[in-house]
Order: sequence, then C-alpha cells, then structure tokens
Amino acid sequence: MDIMTIIRRPAAASVISLIGVLLFYVIFGGVDLGQLFGAASWINYAARIGIVALPVALLMVSGEIDISIGAMIPAGAMTTAIIAGHYELPMIFAILGALSIGALVGLFNGILAVRTTVPTLIITLGTLVAMQGIVLAGSKLLTGGASVPLTAPTWAKSIFGDFIWGGSHQVVIIWWLILTAIFWFIMHRSKYGNWIFAIGGDKVSARNAGIPVDRLTILMFIGTATGASFVGMCHAILFNSAQVSGGMNDIFNIIVSVVVGGVLLTGGFGSIVGVFVGTLTFAIVIKGIDFTSIDRNWANLIIGVMLLIAVGMSESFRKKAMSAPLKKKKG
Amino acid sequence: MSDTPVIELCNVDKSFGPIDVLHEISLKVKAGEVLCLLGDNGAGKSTLIKTLAGVHAPTRGEVLVDGKSVKLSGPKDAQKRGIATVHQFGGTYPLMSVGRNFFMGEEPTKGFGPFKVFDRKKANRVAVEEVQKMGITRITDGDRLVGGLSGGERQSLAIARAVYFGARVLILDEPTAALGVKQAAHVLRIVNEAKKRGLAVIFITHQVMHAMTVGDHFAVLIRGAIAADFRKGERSREEITDLMAGGQNMAGLEASIEGYMETHNGHPPKVTTA
Repeated sequence: MDIMTIIRRPAAASVISLIGVLLFYVIFGGVDLGQLFGAASWINYAARIGIVALPVALLMVSGEIDISIGAMIPAGAMTTAIIAGHYELPMIFAILGALSIGALVGLFNGILAVRTTVPTLIITLGTLVAMQGIVLAGSKLLTGGASVPLTAPTWAKSIFGDFIWGGSHQVVIIWWLILTAIFWFIMHRSKYGNWIFAIGGDKVSARNAGIPVDRLTILMFIGTATGASFVGMCHAILFNSAQVSGGMNDIFNIIVSVVVGGVLLTGGFGSIVGVFVGTLTFAIVIKGIDFTSIDRNWANLIIGVMLLIAVGMSESFRKKAMSAPLKKKKG
Repeated sequence: MSDTPVIELCNVDKSFGPIDVLHEISLKVKAGEVLCLLGDNGAGKSTLIKTLAGVHAPTRGEVLVDGKSVKLSGPKDAQKRGIATVHQFGGTYPLMSVGRNFFMGEEPTKGFGPFKVFDRKKANRVAVEEVQKMGITRITDGDRLVGGLSGGERQSLAIARAVYFGARVLILDEPTAALGVKQAAHVLRIVNEAKKRGLAVIFITHQVMHAMTVGDHFAVLIRGAIAADFRKGERSREEITDLMAGGQNMAGLEASIEGYMETHNGHPPKVTTA
C-alpha cells in the first residue's frame, strides 16, 4: 500500500487532524502528553459523544441526518430518572423505558423520512423541538420540576454508570469501544455496510438492486435516537440525577465529530475508524485545552478551523479517489 | 434456440388516471435477439421500460415470459424471472469499488452466523474476470473506485453484472445517450456480446445509428403507440429518423444542415432572429 492509497482513505483527514491538534498543543500550549493521555475528562467526553456519533455516521453515510439526538439525550436521562427515581420502579423498567422512547422517536423519524420527501434535517428538527417540549412539559407535569434525583442499584451502576480502573474513567468508555467494534464490523465487513454505502451513493439504484432501502433507513434512525437515549440513561445513572436542560450543544458536537472523521455530508463516503479518531480529536480539542496554557475560549476557533480543513480534505480526497490513475499496472 | 419469445407484451395499455401513456403495445423478443425501441422524448419509452421491468402493472393486456402469461409484482419479481434493467447511469456507485459495485445486493460472504464477512477478494476477482470477459480489459483492479471509470466502462460494468447474475432479458435504457463516440462503440460491443451469449436484449435509444449497428428488430414508438415494426434492413436510416420525429421530414432537414456545413467550412447555418 503506497502513500497515495493511504491518503485516499476516508479516515486520513481525521488522523491528520489529530496529529495536528496534538502538535499544536505541544508546541504552543506546552502540554504534557503523559498527563493528557492519563486524564479521564476528555476520554469520558469522547465516549459520551462517540456512542451517538457511530449511528449518526451510519445515517450520514446513507445520506440522511438526525438532529433530534439533541433532545433524545435529555429524554433518555429524564425517562430513566422519572421511572426509577420519581416513581421508584425497578431500574430495569427505567432502562427499558429510556431505550424504548429512543426506539419510538427513531421509528417516527424513520417512517416520516421514507414516506415523505421532506429533507430529514427538517423532519428531525421538528422532532427535536417537539421532544424538547414533551420532556420539559412532561417532567413538570409528572414530577413538578425539571430536575429529578434517582438512586440506581449496584448492578445498574456497574454496567452503565460507574468509574473504572479505580479512577475517574467512566464505564461508558468500554461501551464506546465495544460499539465501535460492532459498528466497524457492520460498516466495513458485513453486506449491510455495503448497502448503506450504496444508499448514500445512489438511492434509486440501490432500490433497483433489491436493497431494502426503507427498512434500513428506519433502522438507522432507530439507531441514532436509541444511541442518544442510551447515553442520557448512562448519565442519569452515573450522576444519580437528570435535568431537562442540556443536549443542544451535543447535536453540533456529534455532527462535527462525524464530519471531522471524514464522512461526506452528501453521503456515500466515510469510515468508522475515521469517526472514532474524529471523536477523539474533537474531545481532545474541547477538553484537552485545559491541560495547555492556551485560554480555553480558543477551543471553538480550533474546532471551526479543523472542521473546515476536514471538509476540504475529504472533498479533495473524494476527487482524488474518483480519478484513480488508469495505468496503475502495465499490461 | 427455441422459437418462443423470452418476453412478450400483448396488447398492453397503460394509463395513469385519465391519461393514456401506452396504447396497444405488442412486441416480443427471442433469445439472442436485439430489439431496438426507438422513440423521441415523451414517446412513452420510460413507461414501457417500467412496465417490462415490473415497476408498473399494465392497465390492460398481458406480459408473457417464456410464452406464459405472468403478473410481475414488482422489480424484484421481474429480476427473479431474469429481467434485468440497466438505466442510463448504470446503477453504479461512484464512491465504491468495482468489486463492491459488481456484487451490490448479492454479496459473497464467508464465515457463518452473525459473523458473515463480505468476501472482498472473491468479489474483486470475479468482478474483474467478468468485466474482462465482456471485453473491458482496462479494468484490472477490483479495488478501484467506479467513479474513476469512464461512462462507457461504468455502463459495461452494469451490463456485465446483469449477465453474471443470470439475466435472460436485458433492458438497456439509453445506454449510449450520454457517451462519446468511442465509449458508445464500447457499449455497443457489449450489447453484441450479450446477444452472442443468447440473451434477449431490449435496447432503448433515440440514436438511430446506434440502433442500426446492433439491432435485429426495430420498433418505433410515437405517442405511446408502436408506429412501425420492422426487421433489420427493411428501412433506411432516413426513414427511421422521419418516423421517430412523427412523419416530419427530419432526414431532409438534417441533410440540408449537413450540406450547408460542407459548403461553409463546417459552420452550422446561422439562426436569423425575427
């Protein structure tokens, strides 16, 4: 594999961004890499957005987008807290409740996406705002407040919301790693990944080739919303409480991570490794800046620049990939 | 070859609500035969293709496969019966490799249970072999992205794919429309190759020259009805062009433009505005 084939991979942009950011922090921020890599804050953050970024990446490769994830993180957290905290029902109901609200909203988004020609940005903008309303009004109605405490049993804590390795690393990191492996397998090794790329490349042709486009699209929407409510649930279990606020920033952070990871907004191109590295890079910029001498307000500027570079790079990689040399081998 | 047509339309009408798009269409194609369907834009070619491909059910009349009347329940059903449609832009995915494109929807896998893995090596090997057999020797690397191929090569890949997956009827929707002279020749060669292998080919085009190169049998479609039906050598190019344009003297016009260009150093006639 020569250097050009490597540089044409969709993950290339994110790896270069990661190296660039680390170099920048070391040279201009005087960061101690050992201390940075030992720290939990950015890995915890990466895991939180990374778990949602994986299904969002699948969806974006297929050419759709889901911004209702912003409301689904607090929705998952509130559902968990209301069922297990306010009503003091067994934790298992809270977990099932949180996951099924995610699945339901995803199903709703997915059905609207395949039955109408409305862009999914608009559809999920609708469900985003609607779910924010439901979560806020619903928790006010049921509990009388916008913040609900809960106590989770030990088993739930140790599976979804605990600290591992005796320090401040959260257990969601392990979930993130496992899910990354699963998504990588689906995307790059199974036939389903092939189909998702095909949907993003040319939906009509994919349908003609007998690919169940609608069913896959609905499943992917269920994946994004459930992923988001899962993250919310883990958060509520970890911190023993849930608040209605929060989650709006996550939309952009997750989508930025996916784009920095080399996924084309137009669909048809991207990789799970890229998204994984993109998420890491994003988390290092946002949380790692605390380990540098740079004022943390500059972090957003770095993100913005990084995003533009990533988009530019994937665009040029895409062009290069499309015009692969014809005479690679003679004869 | 048996004499029963592989696919046949018998007095097919298709209307969408009050609008009649196809009117009493009857045509048949035998194995190893190329039927050229000629028609100007809006003549109902697309509707006819979609009826053949199982997308639309005919309002009246019947579709026969191997002499038996069938009801195609959808594109998948048509594919199962060996009716493959290759559209103008070929059903290929530019950002995916040749191997993955070739096996789209029919992926070869290895392993078992939930760990079935896409067999990239096999896919690439078979794809390159099959495409080369059809005469496209420039494709040697199954990992190459299809976006880097020429339009003709993409079209040929799609045809090779349909042939490999057991198509008996190949419906080609304007395969040469967007191609240059050389690329079009490429695709025409593949059409001949498919014919040699005993496929029934329905070749839709409005380029009379291309049709005459490969066709055995011609049908001209005008406003949803078959205006003329003839075999190879029965009509001249000029006659066919006139037919397609609905009886107007198109060939005469073409000839006069060519004549003008010859006497004016290749410049087309100036359009005088009133």
